[in-house]
Amino acid sequence: MSQVNLDCRGQNCPVPLVEVRKALKKAAVGDVIEVVGTHPSSKKEIPMAVDALEQQLLEVKDNGPEWIIRIKKVKG
Amino acid sequence: MTQKTTIVVHSGDMDKMFSAFIIANGSMAMGMEASLYFTFWGLNRLKKGGLDKGPLSKMNMLGLGRRMVRQRMEKANVAKLEQMVKDFKELGGKIIACEMTMEIMGIKKEDLRLDWIDEFGAVGTYVNEARRSDITLFI
Repeated sequence: MSQVNLDCRGQNCPVPLVEVRKALKKAAVGDVIEVVGTHPSSKKEIPMAVDALEQQLLEVKDNGPEWIIRIKKVKG
Repeated sequence: MTQKTTIVVHSGDMDKMFSAFIIANGSMAMGMEASLYFTFWGLNRLKKGGLDKGPLSKMNMLGLGRRMVRQRMEKANVAKLEQMVKDFKELGGKIIACEMTMEIMGIKKEDLRLDWIDEFGAVGTYVNEARRSDITLFI
């Protein structure tokens, strides 16, 4: 089990969403993906995608102008 | 069964290419499948070197409007179409090229980006994709 860090700061639609999907594809079950970004809509849309993909949302938090989302891959 | 988005890419306009690939990639990011059917002017964008050569659908002004929109896109850090196609393929998206358009416009297979195209087909291929789709769009 490992952690994958994704830096999507400054990236626009649909890049953060797509990068999370790519990372989830590559990750192993049990891995945690931590993505940091600034694109406002992605902060609410990444959790929607996590839900649709039936993965586990661990945390959504703000860090100044940035947001940090942590996702655990629970399904292959 | 996995949900699916099927889009007819009829327009070859630059802005509409962005719409098509953003929706397709967004669909796959949300766990769906995506299938793009390129026909008429859209097929020109699958020609070698043709991907980002489309005009702007409105206020193109002989390319001036297009250049302005491209600059604004660059400033907003919008991903390049080339990158969007790369992501599209990586996420398992399917591209179908319309054979009738090839015939009408005199486009040969070797003129096209065969590394992107999964299938050549006609309306039956499109309907077969669309009838099993949850989202269908004509762009």
